[in-house]
Amino acid sequence: MNVDILTPSLTESWDQPEAWKLANYEARGGYQAARKALAMAPTDVITLVKDSGLRGRGGAGFPTGVKWSFIPQTNPKPKYLVINCDESEPGTCKDIPMLMATPHTLVEGIIISCFAVNAHNAFIYVRGEVLHVIRRLQQAVAEAYQAGYLGKGILDTGYDLDIVVHAGAGAYICGEETALLDSLEGRRGQPRLRPPFPAVAGLYASPTVVNNAESIASVPSIVANGADWYKSMGTEKSAGPTIYSLSGHITRPGQYEAPLGTTFRTLLDLAGGIRAGHQLKFFTPGGSSTPILTPDHLDVPLDYEGVAAAGSILGTKALQTYDETVSVVRTTLRYTEFYKHESCGKCTPCREGSWWLVQTLRNLEAGRGSEGDVDKLLDVCDNVSMKSFCTLADGFVANITSSIKYFRDEFEAGYHTPAWELFPYEKSIYFPYERETLIVNEVADK
Amino acid sequence: MSQHDEHHFVSAYDDGSRIDATDRQTNISAQTLDEMRQIVARYPEPRSALLPMLHLVQSVDGRISDAGVNACAEILGISTAQVNGVATFYTMYKRRPAGEHHIGVCTTSLCAVMGGDVLLAQMKDKLGIDEDETTPDGKFSLERLECNAACDFAPVMMVNWEFMDAMTPEKANELIDNLAAGKEVRSTRGARLTSWRQAERVLAGFPDGLADEGPTAGPASLEGLRVARERGWQAPKAPTVPQIAEGGSK
Repeated sequence: MNVDILTPSLTESWDQPEAWKLANYEARGGYQAARKALAMAPTDVITLVKDSGLRGRGGAGFPTGVKWSFIPQTNPKPKYLVINCDESEPGTCKDIPMLMATPHTLVEGIIISCFAVNAHNAFIYVRGEVLHVIRRLQQAVAEAYQAGYLGKGILDTGYDLDIVVHAGAGAYICGEETALLDSLEGRRGQPRLRPPFPAVAGLYASPTVVNNAESIASVPSIVANGADWYKSMGTEKSAGPTIYSLSGHITRPGQYEAPLGTTFRTLLDLAGGIRAGHQLKFFTPGGSSTPILTPDHLDVPLDYEGVAAAGSILGTKALQTYDETVSVVRTTLRYTEFYKHESCGKCTPCREGSWWLVQTLRNLEAGRGSEGDVDKLLDVCDNVSMKSFCTLADGFVANITSSIKYFRDEFEAGYHTPAWELFPYEKSIYFPYERETLIVNEVADK
Repeated sequence: MSQHDEHHFVSAYDDGSRIDATDRQTNISAQTLDEMRQIVARYPEPRSALLPMLHLVQSVDGRISDAGVNACAEILGISTAQVNGVATFYTMYKRRPAGEHHIGVCTTSLCAVMGGDVLLAQMKDKLGIDEDETTPDGKFSLERLECNAACDFAPVMMVNWEFMDAMTPEKANELIDNLAAGKEVRSTRGARLTSWRQAERVLAGFPDGLADEGPTAGPASLEGLRVARERGWQAPKAPTVPQIAEGGSK
């Protein structure tokens, strides 16, 4: 079957007026999939999602249906579904517009997913810094209760389901699933040592599925159209459409939904290429925690296997793109400062390592580095990597080591020359949107 | 900071990191306590309510107040140390009074490079305050943000946690001028701006009725869909089987 280059599925109704409202969602066929699923056996729903090949869209790429099958149904404790909408990985900006535009897609996905794993409580954990997204989610959940999609005996079945929208309070680490669970329990968001995994002892030490918002929002379309329809997009091991987030020095940055395995060359072409008069220097394939790639990787299929073969990670498909005006030392420092700020402090290698790496990188940016600093960075990275409870430290190590791998000369130039002399910072400034925005609407104008 | 004797230990952690227990001012009322109990009732385990309760404290007191900490501890049956431990972990909880309008400028790598650094410097200058400070009239506070999940709209600012997308120095100045003049200002893809305290109340789980304001999506969010529509591209048609399984509909 020939599949189009872009395949809007999750994004299909984003240009419709008031797509966030229940009536409009129902008019597009919304909640039909939930009816269909609740007439199936829960294990058949799990099998369907397994057969679709859906893999986690939050970064790790674990098969969603397999994750659900790990929930021990013999455990007498309540089962929980927790949706990870903490979207905070630098570059990642797909879940936020999705939840603002079509929150009911997620709510319907939750109904189906909870039914599949026999959970009666779900929590939508959203980062707190996105007020309007939280408003839309709160309203969607309230509408769903009123319509009988949530609450007692939903959809005229005997099945009960409650959803709570829970706002975080500003902590990148809460996107890590066990830190998220601690945060949802009203604690500091710090990762837990595994095992036990959340499927066995998650929220309140009960069996818990933690899934990314995009993963669960993909479920209604799989139930409605079937596993084969879903698999008709993407590659053999990376099935389905997904949202690629293009940002940076691009003519038309934005969200592009395409089958997994699409190349960056194709996406960049659709987005009008790098801004006029400039060339691609490097990009992150899946957010700042994934090793950077260069123009040599434009034809890498952006699926789980393809990006791994190129030495990086598909991650969240967040393609942060930088042109030749940008100093890699500067971006590496900024990313590392981010991780230093967001390190929860629980594990010493991460807490201390990020601090020391920032000191060294600041010196290199200012041209005050010392001979051997680049090797020192790599040595610290080696001492930090894979030595913490979670992968936050591995994220900054990936950025630093890959940046040095491709642009070592720029780091060594930091022994004598400030980065801003080599790459005048004003040349990187770019305001791509000159179009009028809605910022100023004076009352008098109305 | 530059004056310290080099033999003295200097902590990387500033003393302002704890809750200010010397400021006794509070507006916590019986109604606040009642709303805290409503939050508790949403969860299977009471302590899960702590984050939204602290958002509520900020909406009432304009900061994490000592009285608010005590109220949370009492209602949840945990120690004030436990509440303080949580309140000081998350960056959205403010230990000193935030402004009526809380201004954020993203300076994580991509936004910084594309203009965020310039915007932050300009905001400091315009407001006459540094990061994590509040203007003397209480109108504005300023924060350097880490990535706010809007990279396709870079450089990004936030006001009261509403998106101010694709900012330029001119737009940023206009934004501040209009807010200072008390004019109505709208988020680029959200509602009309209210106040930081009202935002905090929504985060505590008490809707303000503004969900229907603003567009479905901002322009960058729609770029891919626009290209697809232009070229007639779409996801494959669903197979023509009945949409409702046998017996699935009543």
